[in-house]
Amino acid sequence: MKKVTYRDQISKVLGISLVVFLLFSVSLIAQDEAVAEAAVETEAAAGGGDPVKGKSLFNQNCAACHALNRKMTGPALANVEARLAEDEGLDKEWLYAWIKNSPGMIKSGDAYAVKIYNEYNQAAMTAFPTLSNQDIDDILAYTAAPPSTPPPTQVGGTNGPVAAASSGISNEVILGALALVFGLLVFMLMSVNKTLRRVMEANGVNVEEEREKRLPIWKAFAKNQFLVLVTAIFLLLASGYFAYGWMMQVGVDQGYAPIQPIHYSHKIHAGDNKIECKYCHSSARVSKHSGIPSLNVCMNCHKSIYEYKGNPEGPSREDLANGYTNEFYTGEIKKLYAAVGWDEENQKYTGESTPVEWVRIHNLPDFAYFNHSQHVSVAGVECQTCHGPVEEMEIMYQYSPLTMGWCINCHRETNVKVEGNEYYEKIHAELSKKYGVETLTAAQMGGLECGKCHY
Amino acid sequence: MASNKKYWKSEAELNPNDSIVETLRQNEFVEEIPVDDFLGDKDTLESTSTNRRDFLKYVGFSTAAASLAACEGPVIKSIPYVVAPENIVPGVANYYATSIANGFDFASILVKTREGRPIKVENNTYAKVNGGANARVQASVLSLYDSTRLQGPVAEGEEVDWDTLDTRVKAAIGAARTSGKQIALLTQTYASPSTSRLVEEFKALGGAVNHVTYDAISEDAALTAFENKYGERALADYDFEKADLIISFGADFLADWQGGGYDSGYSKGRIPSNGKMSRHVQFEANMSLTGANADKRVPLTPMFQKIAIAKLYAALNGSSVGGELGDAQRALDSVVAQIRKSKGKAVVVSGIADVNVQAVVLAINEMLGSDAFNPKTPRYTRQGSTQAVNTLIADMNSGKVGVLIMDGVNPMFTLPNAEAFKAGLEKVDTSVAFSTNWNETTEVVDYTAAANHYLESWGDLQLKKGQYSLMQPTIKELFDTRQFQSALLNWMGSDKNYYDYIKETWSTFVLNGGSWNKALQDGVFDSETAAMMSASEDADPQIMTAPSEDKEEASDTMVEEAMTAGASIDAAVRSLAGTSSSEGMELVLYSEVSMGDGQQASNPWLQEFPDPITRVSWDNYVTVSKMDAESLGLTNWNVANGGMNGSYAKLTVNGVSIDKVPVVVQPGQAKGSVGLSLGYGKTVGMKSEMQTGVNAYPLYQDFSNVQSVTIEKADGEHEFACVQLHKTMMGRGDIIKETTLEIFNTKDHAEWNHVPQVSLDHQEVPATSVSLWDDFDRSIGHHFNMSIDLNACTGCGACVIACHAENNVPVVGKAEVRRSRDMHWLRIDRYYSSEDSFEADNTKKVEFDGLSGDKGSLGGFGELEDPSVNPQVAFQPVMCQHCNHAPCETVCPVAATSHGRQGQNQMAYNRCVGTRYCANNCPYKVRRFNWFLYNNNDEFDFHMNNDLGKMVVNPDVNVRSRGVIEKCSMCIQKTQKTILDAKRDGRVIADGEFQTACSSACNNGAIVFGDINDTESKVAELKEDDRMYHLLEHVGTKPNVFYQVKVRNTTEA
Repeated sequence: MKKVTYRDQISKVLGISLVVFLLFSVSLIAQDEAVAEAAVETEAAAGGGDPVKGKSLFNQNCAACHALNRKMTGPALANVEARLAEDEGLDKEWLYAWIKNSPGMIKSGDAYAVKIYNEYNQAAMTAFPTLSNQDIDDILAYTAAPPSTPPPTQVGGTNGPVAAASSGISNEVILGALALVFGLLVFMLMSVNKTLRRVMEANGVNVEEEREKRLPIWKAFAKNQFLVLVTAIFLLLASGYFAYGWMMQVGVDQGYAPIQPIHYSHKIHAGDNKIECKYCHSSARVSKHSGIPSLNVCMNCHKSIYEYKGNPEGPSREDLANGYTNEFYTGEIKKLYAAVGWDEENQKYTGESTPVEWVRIHNLPDFAYFNHSQHVSVAGVECQTCHGPVEEMEIMYQYSPLTMGWCINCHRETNVKVEGNEYYEKIHAELSKKYGVETLTAAQMGGLECGKCHY
Repeated sequence: MASNKKYWKSEAELNPNDSIVETLRQNEFVEEIPVDDFLGDKDTLESTSTNRRDFLKYVGFSTAAASLAACEGPVIKSIPYVVAPENIVPGVANYYATSIANGFDFASILVKTREGRPIKVENNTYAKVNGGANARVQASVLSLYDSTRLQGPVAEGEEVDWDTLDTRVKAAIGAARTSGKQIALLTQTYASPSTSRLVEEFKALGGAVNHVTYDAISEDAALTAFENKYGERALADYDFEKADLIISFGADFLADWQGGGYDSGYSKGRIPSNGKMSRHVQFEANMSLTGANADKRVPLTPMFQKIAIAKLYAALNGSSVGGELGDAQRALDSVVAQIRKSKGKAVVVSGIADVNVQAVVLAINEMLGSDAFNPKTPRYTRQGSTQAVNTLIADMNSGKVGVLIMDGVNPMFTLPNAEAFKAGLEKVDTSVAFSTNWNETTEVVDYTAAANHYLESWGDLQLKKGQYSLMQPTIKELFDTRQFQSALLNWMGSDKNYYDYIKETWSTFVLNGGSWNKALQDGVFDSETAAMMSASEDADPQIMTAPSEDKEEASDTMVEEAMTAGASIDAAVRSLAGTSSSEGMELVLYSEVSMGDGQQASNPWLQEFPDPITRVSWDNYVTVSKMDAESLGLTNWNVANGGMNGSYAKLTVNGVSIDKVPVVVQPGQAKGSVGLSLGYGKTVGMKSEMQTGVNAYPLYQDFSNVQSVTIEKADGEHEFACVQLHKTMMGRGDIIKETTLEIFNTKDHAEWNHVPQVSLDHQEVPATSVSLWDDFDRSIGHHFNMSIDLNACTGCGACVIACHAENNVPVVGKAEVRRSRDMHWLRIDRYYSSEDSFEADNTKKVEFDGLSGDKGSLGGFGELEDPSVNPQVAFQPVMCQHCNHAPCETVCPVAATSHGRQGQNQMAYNRCVGTRYCANNCPYKVRRFNWFLYNNNDEFDFHMNNDLGKMVVNPDVNVRSRGVIEKCSMCIQKTQKTILDAKRDGRVIADGEFQTACSSACNNGAIVFGDINDTESKVAELKEDDRMYHLLEHVGTKPNVFYQVKVRNTTEA
């Protein structure tokens, strides 16, 4: 259960086969889309707004609460203009007024405004008085016909795996050639040997006789007590060394990367999206625990991020090989929704939640007291110092050994961050004078005392 | 070389015909060993399919499987909140101000919660009255997690839901209303404005509602006397800080007298400042905590105390009364002279449950006019009326009661006439009892309503006129329970919840424009205006508790007669002076510090808490004076395994007798009196380990704490769990240094606080100047020191329980305590003097001359082991002294105990291998060894073996395992937290921020903790005090804990 480095051998194979399958399917779909987009673009140009400008405006102002094709905090906006005109008989002017001052419209008692206000849990829409009519036109143009994103996946998707496959083949060829060369070498050596023997026999030299007089080497060794003793001591020492080494790693779980109930990728969150660690692990600032974020913290963003769209360059080969497709990640987001009880359809919490049972990775023994806030807030240690390159970790693992020696070593080497901290002023002045140093290490400050961590 | 000698093993071998010898020769054993029984009979063995090789295969396989499985580390789950509460940060404690009001203990407190679990009780320093948590209140947090708590309502032995209970009770109330039968509420004292209002509203709904307040240990006499004099049913308030002279007649005011909470004021007046401190004279029968702290203690039976009070009144009044006091007359004369001298700074109190006594005491205090006596803003912490209770029982027996609802009381256990109550209960149509635990009363009622613990409840209090407190829940109900008030609101058909109800009461009557949120945050509200209900006569809380119809039925004619007019005081005095001795001895019933009235009997912390005086845990006992014990043949003796044993006695009061009461021979017990504590002896609904002691309530007849008793020896011997067998200091005055106020004021401190001398190079030098070791420089950073003022310490033991709670100290049980394996990190040693005073002990020891003879040390030391008949008493809290030159550190073979720069002697449990060298080398005997695994071990069924009880564990402190030494850490988890908070805020730490569990629990200012490198701090100042000394200074350990010399005010008139 613990070490799972090779756990996904099978999924790798499956992933590769999937990639091969996609090689053929992706290009077909992409072609279809391209045709559709071309049609839409021509259509939008007639509308008056600029859908490209509209897209950037939409992303800046609207995307937090609206999506094109699904309900979020607010209604889906695809073709909103046409829809309103057809269903409600409301024209563009109504939309201008609504967007610029929606609370005013609700107050004034506009029938549809009140209806939509009540329909969406009375969450009032922010007023956008700064948007000009042209801006709104642009947005509406975008909602009517979103411009396509250039399909980079097509390019990346086609070339990557092929290259990978070809390089795989070439490796094998080289290896095969090497083996062949070795085989040839062995054969040649043996035939040289054979030839030499024949020459020797022909010349009448007899090597065999001289040999027979000698003792076999193991017998000579066994008879030499000194050698036996030295060897025995050496073996004992060596085995002792290795036994010690082996025993010292008992309970050290460096590299422990358990399978979690939800595949949470730190790489995507902290790496790709550059979310500050302490946004989610907020209690690290004030508490001894860094804290696993509660699901309501996840929902701060995931209320609007309901699917994974991948990075712009498309999933890397590696990701695809692991099966980390967009669908896979979106599936994980659905797991979050199930746990927190979020009804996507109605954008409401159902109230039926199941806590997520994460597998704890960093397990400090109970007799060691560790306080995150001391290190994070006071000492200003980067999270990565102990937890490693978390922003690159697709699967979180224990980076550091978390042994006492590791702690102590850092305390010996790390200087205390005293600048601007009034608490340290007096003690730093006195201690640095006593030790005759400019900066003090944590150890000099008393950070090696047993009772500082064990009580 | 071979010898032909034949050795024979027994006489029987000489007889050639002996059958046994013959058999032994043939067989190894005389009797046939039933081999088949344990090996299995042949048939079974042959028919089994498992042969030896299979068996070995199975063994091999399972061993291999087990070892393989062991290679895998456990998978630890971490489950965050789905929606995190806004104010909970995992790992950070939240504090809530609340109050306890269980009918016996009333206090405003702070509750520390971690991740939503209350784990510790702290004092509320904002509170002007009862802001200190005593030992029972400190321990009450564990009662919340009692695994024997009721988990839901019970109807006639079956678990039901609240809806069922509600329907049935509502129906019963309705039926009683129509039939005109009484609806009786029998409750504890609430002192709660909202509850009073609620009961009034319940009355207003119709029916003959009768609210009876019942205190298990009654203060009815004091209440009645106060009511007669001042017109309000309450208790006079005393501020002992303002008194120069305190005269007490059997009032244990440092413990539970009249609701308690007087110790902190007392202690403040006891610390000598500007050459002055209060003087305290105690006349009492039992050796109480208060008597132990007195400057002069006169052992006197209650009968003589009454005469003495009468004589005191007369002397101050200038009149004279009859009655003989004997030897105590001299002491009383001196007291009279001192009172005259004190010029209105004297106060007199009494704990005798007699209306005459209480009336005379009030009259004396009125006459003395001391600031310390305050009848204007009285206390409401006891309101029980014995008359009303008796009337109710009579009503029940005559079938007048339709519905009886009880809350916070356990009359079947605490009533002396429980049988009458039970008989009455059978005639009551419907009876309901609110209770947190299954008990004697819930056994006999129709419906048991599972009640909330106070930490799960809302409530409000008026402890003293104008001083309000709020009670708020610190955790959601753990079980399907409800508090009485919520249930009553429901039964009244109201849809309000009790929280809104309290808020309404407060905004209408209490707050007077003040902020509710602030009051809730502070936990207390100080109202300058008069008590809330006094404006409206019909809603006066005092009148509610004693309905007028009961008064008419009052049968005690003497009370009526004595209390009608001012002149009646004279009658009362005459009646007291005329008190004559009855047959037998006088029994004084009291409440012990650990158990109180017994409602927390299933709390293991309290059971294991040793009584401050006798140092006996897990028991109650009858205390007998040495002379009486000798004449009755009662003894205590120590046995070889280090335990104390004692005789049993049979006590009989008025035909009611209790057999097999363990006896403790108590120095200082007045001859002719015996003492017995209430609250023990509970059996129903308790774990077997907790069923300790005997129930003394059957002797508590007519709710009088003084009874006439006959005592005789009973068969058998009792095994006590006493933690201190050695009672005296044997003249070693440097353990507890003490002096008199006179010497303290007039002489140099070198004389009364002598630093021990040692010989260095044939020169006498102070022991503190000699050292085997090089000193470390401790002037940089923090250096923690603790000061313990022996003058301020009353020995109450709140610190012991606080330490227990803070540091996850395990409870080990009676058998283990008896083997001296108690785990208390902090103990309070109690010493008796062998002569009349400790000073005399010291003199006696110094004057020893030779081995034998009159002044010989051989016999002399033997005499010094015995405490005096009326000894001086001294308390000394001892925890790890955190020696700078610690003997324990040098002997640890694995360096598990080491010294920190901040002065703390640190203990790394995971490094300890359990040699116990350190414990052997510790001169203070403060190290404790874990003989067993006390957690997760059903052999120790206290609280650490069940999930519920474990919720009280402090997550910042390690739970120790078997085989390691543990000891006081000077609360390093708390000092480290204070430092971290300051570092995070980037500020300097202010004095008073550093606290340990004991120093913050000490409401008396006896324990002061801090950083001596902060020269401005209080502890640095105390370290330079003339009274400062170290325990066993001559050993040269240079402790970081120091004591302040005890000063006794021996000034007679």
